[in-house]
Amino acid sequence: MKRTQLSRTHTLAVLVENKAGVLARVAGLFARRGFNIESLAVAPTDERFSRITIVVDAESAPLDQIKKQLDKLIDVVDIAELSLEESALREMVLVRLELDDVAKVADVEALVSGFSGSVLRTRNAHMMLSLSSRPDDLDSFLEKLQPYGIAELQRTGAIAIPGI
Amino acid sequence: MEMDGGSALLKALEFEGVDVVFGYPGGAIMPVYDSMVGGSGPRHVLVRHEQGAGHMASGYAHATGKPGVVMVTSGPAATNIVTPLADAYLDSVPVVAITGQVPYGLIGTDAFQETDTTGITMSITKHNYLVSDPNDIPQVVHEAFHIATTGRPGPVLIDLPKNITDVRNPQSAMTWTDPVPIDLPGFKPVLDGEPEMIEAAVELMLTATRPVLYAGGGILKARGAAELVTLAEKLNIPVVTTLMARGAMPDSHELNLGMPGMHGNYTAVMAMQESDLLIAMGSRFDDRVTGKVDAFAPDAKVIHVDIDPAELGKIRMPDVAIRGDAKHVMTQMLAAIGTRTPADHGQWRSTLSGWQENYPLAYEDAEPGGRLKPQMVLERLRDLSPEDTIVASGVGQHQMWASQYWKFDHPYTWLNSGGLGTMGYSIPAAIGAKVGMPDKTVWAVDGDGCFQMTCQELITASVEKIPIKVALLNNTYLGMVRQWQEMFYENRLSEVDLSGPVPDYIKLSEAMGCVAIRVEDPDEVDDAIERANAIDDAPVVLEFVTEPNENVYPMVPGGASNSEVVVPPFQQKGTD
Repeated sequence: MKRTQLSRTHTLAVLVENKAGVLARVAGLFARRGFNIESLAVAPTDERFSRITIVVDAESAPLDQIKKQLDKLIDVVDIAELSLEESALREMVLVRLELDDVAKVADVEALVSGFSGSVLRTRNAHMMLSLSSRPDDLDSFLEKLQPYGIAELQRTGAIAIPGI
Repeated sequence: MEMDGGSALLKALEFEGVDVVFGYPGGAIMPVYDSMVGGSGPRHVLVRHEQGAGHMASGYAHATGKPGVVMVTSGPAATNIVTPLADAYLDSVPVVAITGQVPYGLIGTDAFQETDTTGITMSITKHNYLVSDPNDIPQVVHEAFHIATTGRPGPVLIDLPKNITDVRNPQSAMTWTDPVPIDLPGFKPVLDGEPEMIEAAVELMLTATRPVLYAGGGILKARGAAELVTLAEKLNIPVVTTLMARGAMPDSHELNLGMPGMHGNYTAVMAMQESDLLIAMGSRFDDRVTGKVDAFAPDAKVIHVDIDPAELGKIRMPDVAIRGDAKHVMTQMLAAIGTRTPADHGQWRSTLSGWQENYPLAYEDAEPGGRLKPQMVLERLRDLSPEDTIVASGVGQHQMWASQYWKFDHPYTWLNSGGLGTMGYSIPAAIGAKVGMPDKTVWAVDGDGCFQMTCQELITASVEKIPIKVALLNNTYLGMVRQWQEMFYENRLSEVDLSGPVPDYIKLSEAMGCVAIRVEDPDEVDDAIERANAIDDAPVVLEFVTEPNENVYPMVPGGASNSEVVVPPFQQKGTD
């Protein structure tokens, strides 16, 4: 399983105006320069603005250039690069398990509880789980779930805001 | 006021002070054209190809300082202005493009003449809009002009679906309200430099012993030509004017070393290379200026002034980075300098004059009976034309010769495609400049390759009574490509021969309503130019049949260090 290499990535919090096409403008800038977006999460903060959290795999020098290019976009209001230590960083995952033995449900419940996750639903040997935590916790969680048979999963990508 | 979106667009353009639109009608933009019937809206110049309209808007903008406007329909028309938009983007020219779009409800259905115009132009415009509500038109147009002309200028596109402009469609009904003040929290260009950075820069400028002011197009965009001269004189600093900055400082000024770069003159190239301080003012360390970046101006500290912070440190890390408008920052610098005086540059100035003496821009005269030398033609054109003549060039050898041999003594008299290198730029750009500056003489300096790309706009010039003049330097080759093949591909000429025998440029030009004269004999050059300059009621084409194998010198080979600048063969014996 691909692990989130937090040390090699940069997390950008980008405040944008809620205008048509703004996500395409932001994503296009990364694509044109050959940067891989590791994850991207976006949602409105109010009527006028949205916040995008972009985790990008990049060397720091060209990243500085891309931050400046992002800032040139008319709809981009503010960009902050967030440090892992000082910012609040969270990601959520939804997992559907198909266990080969209904007796393993209890093991999974214990595992989920250990990560402070939730069991959303259990039907026979099928389970729906969720966990909200740091991205590297999600990595460990999924690694531990792997042997039980992950049928589907969806991560949200990290969201972050500057710390206090 | 109740109206339809099409009429609102024309009213919005008038509200922004637009006096001319370069355009071409078609399906999706027809409602706007219908609103023009009866004389509503600005003057419209009907072009013969949409690309021409885009370059005209650009030429108009550069010559006048006002934004140029191009209006075309959807689909193929929108894609035909992709080249001029990219051109205006790379050269930071304020252009507003209006494109028709299929009705909003049909977007995404592969409708007739549908293209994703905002998607296609996203990376070659400063900003673009797809308007869905006709009530938004006044404010969107107002914002578009603000964005195009504020900070680093550039092209902005507005895509207008047909349903919101067509008076016969109820969806076009809108209520006109005057635009409200601009509120763009993500777009607030900074004009003044930080005072501490200004002081740090001034200290470097006062102590440098081999300084060079590396003047770029940003100075012209900032209308800062006068401040450039004052600053250079105050500090006694020699100036190089990039291809985009020709005319920002008079070529007749003793501190102006001329154009640097791949085809810059020897002194300008070497001055940068050997300098201990480069003051980059509205310039962007383009690869055509720096040559091999790692070997560029190795001893120089760098002060970089640019209104676009993304330029600072993009190519060369500056020692002092100043975000600001060139005119504002130079004014701040002059105030900060006060009565302080610079270090002695005596030795530097004598090094520079030594280079100027040994390696002037020069060419060998034509052999008796040989073809015309293009440089000689340009020198005669320069000397026989009014002093403030506007010159618009195409792209290639003739562009470099025009930049080298013209003497630009006024800002905004040189138009060319510097960043994108768009062949065919000159004729439409010259038309746009002449529309904006009808009292000035406007010469398009063109090559035979370029001419064949956009010469149909001479029909526009004839019909619309825009009497530009074209100096067609016909060397029967794609000359710059031929020169590279000669120098870097062992003279294996590949697909560069334009010798024809067609077109007959005289017949072609005459068919488009121009006065056309072919010049082959050196003794006929002056007469032809004087005749052309005297004609003011029709476009003129002078075809100069020039030496096919002439090369542009000096030349820094692509990817080489600027220290490896190659001077013309007849100067090489003296090279150290």
